[in-house]
Amino acid sequence: MTTRQGTDSNVVLVNQEFDVVGTRPIRHDGADKVTGRARYGADFQSADLLYGKVLRSPHAHARIKSIDTSKAEALEGVRAVATSSDFPNTYAERTSRRYQSNNILAGDKALYVGHAIAAVAAVNDHVAEEAIALIEVDYEVLPPVTSAPQGMAPNAPVLHEEMRTDESGTQGTEPSNVATHLQQVLGDIDEGFRDADFIIEKDFDTATVHQGYIEPQNAAAFWNSDGRVHVWTSTQGAFPVRNSLSQILGIPVSKIRVTPMEIGGGFGGKIPIYLEPVAAVLSKKTGRPVKMQMSRKEVFEGTGPTPGSHIKIKMGATRDGKIVAAQAHMAYEAGAFPGSPVAAGATGIFACYNIPNVLIDGYDVVVNKPKTAAYRAPGATNAGFAAETVVDMLAENVGMDPLDFRMLNSSKEGTRRADGTPFGVVGSTEVLDAMKSHPHYTSKLEGPYRGRGVAVGFWRNIGWKSACSISVNHDGTINLLTGSTDIGGTRASVAMQAAEVLCIPAEDVNPTVVDTDSIGYTELTGGSRTTFATGWAAHEAAKDVVNEMIQRAAMMWDIEPENIEFVKGVFRSKSDPELSMTFKQLARNSRDTGGGIVGKSSVDPKGVGVSFAGAIADVEVDPETGKVTVLRFTCVQDVGKAVHPSYVEGQMQGGSVQGIGWGINEEYFMNSEGGMDNFTLLDYRMPTSLDLPMIDTVIVEVANPGHPYGVRGVGEASIISPPAAIANAIYDAMGIRMENLPMNPPAVLAALGNGNSEA
Amino acid sequence: MPRKTYVQTTINGENVEFLCEPRQSLLESLRDVIGLTGSKEGCNDGNCGACTVNMDGRIVTSCLVLAVEAEGSNIETIEGVAEGNDLHPIQQAFLENAALQCGICTPGFIVAAKALLEREPDPSEDRIRFWLANNLCRCTGYDKIVRAVMDAAQKMQEVKS
Repeated sequence: MTTRQGTDSNVVLVNQEFDVVGTRPIRHDGADKVTGRARYGADFQSADLLYGKVLRSPHAHARIKSIDTSKAEALEGVRAVATSSDFPNTYAERTSRRYQSNNILAGDKALYVGHAIAAVAAVNDHVAEEAIALIEVDYEVLPPVTSAPQGMAPNAPVLHEEMRTDESGTQGTEPSNVATHLQQVLGDIDEGFRDADFIIEKDFDTATVHQGYIEPQNAAAFWNSDGRVHVWTSTQGAFPVRNSLSQILGIPVSKIRVTPMEIGGGFGGKIPIYLEPVAAVLSKKTGRPVKMQMSRKEVFEGTGPTPGSHIKIKMGATRDGKIVAAQAHMAYEAGAFPGSPVAAGATGIFACYNIPNVLIDGYDVVVNKPKTAAYRAPGATNAGFAAETVVDMLAENVGMDPLDFRMLNSSKEGTRRADGTPFGVVGSTEVLDAMKSHPHYTSKLEGPYRGRGVAVGFWRNIGWKSACSISVNHDGTINLLTGSTDIGGTRASVAMQAAEVLCIPAEDVNPTVVDTDSIGYTELTGGSRTTFATGWAAHEAAKDVVNEMIQRAAMMWDIEPENIEFVKGVFRSKSDPELSMTFKQLARNSRDTGGGIVGKSSVDPKGVGVSFAGAIADVEVDPETGKVTVLRFTCVQDVGKAVHPSYVEGQMQGGSVQGIGWGINEEYFMNSEGGMDNFTLLDYRMPTSLDLPMIDTVIVEVANPGHPYGVRGVGEASIISPPAAIANAIYDAMGIRMENLPMNPPAVLAALGNGNSEA
Repeated sequence: MPRKTYVQTTINGENVEFLCEPRQSLLESLRDVIGLTGSKEGCNDGNCGACTVNMDGRIVTSCLVLAVEAEGSNIETIEGVAEGNDLHPIQQAFLENAALQCGICTPGFIVAAKALLEREPDPSEDRIRFWLANNLCRCTGYDKIVRAVMDAAQKMQEVKS
């Protein structure tokens, strides 16, 4: 396998090579996307269109005493106003449905600055904006909770009076901001620490950060007079949107059709719905289609960031380098409603290592910030920053190379994670090997204030349901339909798996992402699942096509179907070598053998392959300003099988850079009233091209035995390691251990000034 | 509602006349009035670059230009970059180098990169990174975008010589 990337050569450990899978065709939606023709959610247009805007809370925590919409309704050009009273809201207290509904339009409380209170539909955006300013809300302002530790403190203001802590299934008796306390246990933690020669204990805080997709949330809806609602939206999952809409609007899924528009980034943030039911209700009230789009400020204040967190780690190792005990206390901010990714963070925090004694306590804590949403390996980056910093400190105590130390303790096939799951075939040690031998790691780093750091991360990936249907054209090409939002090139990676079965070029597949009326149930694009699961569905649908074409050939040749085989793109009789046709020939010549040839599939694959990824970072620290510059960066990841290596590299590079931004720049600056001060893309500073070097990638391929082509999924694991790798590099450069994210200039300066050196 | 103003411009080589309110941006007029939705809104305050267009030879974020300011100007949007069905070498290079993932920032990057290569046919990596620093991409980490622009520059040079 060849690669364009820099200095490396990819590590290929799969036993099988394929004709289409593993090549680099031009993506099928490419021409539309480089010419501006692709239609994203905000590009929706319709005759008679109205525009919707949302009024949002200026308070982080307040009781809503009354809402007066009369002045807004009287404004010229306004067609409808909606509040939460327009939702049926029949769900019992403490249910996720109720919480979801109250997040979309606030119930009796506003729970964060930016919480949606009411919405207006008007003849244009500007009138709608004027109208929301005329809505009068009477608030009783309450003190806010702005961090997980504050929310857990005794006498903290309580967000939800009815909430009780779920203690591994048993309900607490007192109102609490802790929605859940979970625990994972392996062995005996006290005994583990008794065996340790070195013990490191450290506390970490990480700031709230945002997914930062460039396209703001949007939705258009038309509630037809026949009672059917059609919604057009940029979403990671049209079917999950349909489910949520059904629950919030109180109508069956059969009354809802969701068309997924092209999506301008999501990273987990476009799994939840926000505007869709509001646009639907406004359309119902007006009988006209309604389009809504968030401003960037609304995106920051009103959509899921990923949690800030407080993590305490205690780890112990023996003199000869074995990690014998690991303990974590993890408090994650859920935002205003329960549901932080603390469980996923707990599952991953020590999963890279084979540790006999583990105790993990995880807390899901509601705070007065926007309800958090998934963000690329949700929960794992916070955890990875903390754990991989402590692992680095242990390696130093023991006196081992940080990668040798990780290798000595690495999880392998059969290692049991603290959540009880044993690993199947994994690429953990292969990733470490590839890091150790990489020219980046073996090169010498010279110059003052420069350092190198490494870190690794684990992500579990998901499988879940996907459907696919294929129709064969008479010219021997196929049209392939799926319900999987294409967020980064999955039309190609899915189409290639069908092409592989049929032995046709990727270019002979026309893949289309269709609406919820047009394909079988398909879960979201997320959890690194689309190339794995929808790709598998395409593989199965193509096999269905092959079976049907064998039937057609049997008719034409007047032989039994069992006597026909399909080998290397040719249908042929097993006994008569005269009877043979390529896929294309048979497609052309089968017109009179029945109707058009179609294939279909619907899968729920279980053979999910987990991912390991690692990062090598070289940094330079400016001792006067505290600014950290990344000089060189390498991402190594086991992807199982890279179906389209260019887009696999792209996932690894994109995840790495999001991790770099999280590590050194990004954070919600919260003011004392609980509001966000930096709600523009100037002040919430994501990495620009000028901030970065090229991002080198090494694709490791340890085939996942649970997938026809060995695919594991590639979207997420690369984001986990960068902050820790950078922190370890800063230590290598300056002798300071960073304890908080982001490691921005003030934080680095403070650490330098404090002489916070543990060398 | 405010009275609308008549504006006459040249967009992608065609004479275009439209009406706009004084408070409407060029981006809003391009997208909602004229129907050219290739320019994208990511922030509406000039920081993301997704709405970048070329106005009288300069690249501007069209969300920060009032539509009335476009009177008499010559504008090129992403829709005008290809010549008919022939993609511009930069567009082709973006495809061949897998320089887009979700694609929402791609129009702005291509318009900005084209302006760079018109001024500096053989830019260094640093120069490309500097020139594109007002265009945010959250998917790619910029690696493949920078390589695509370098690739396009090289191919355009080869065609010339």
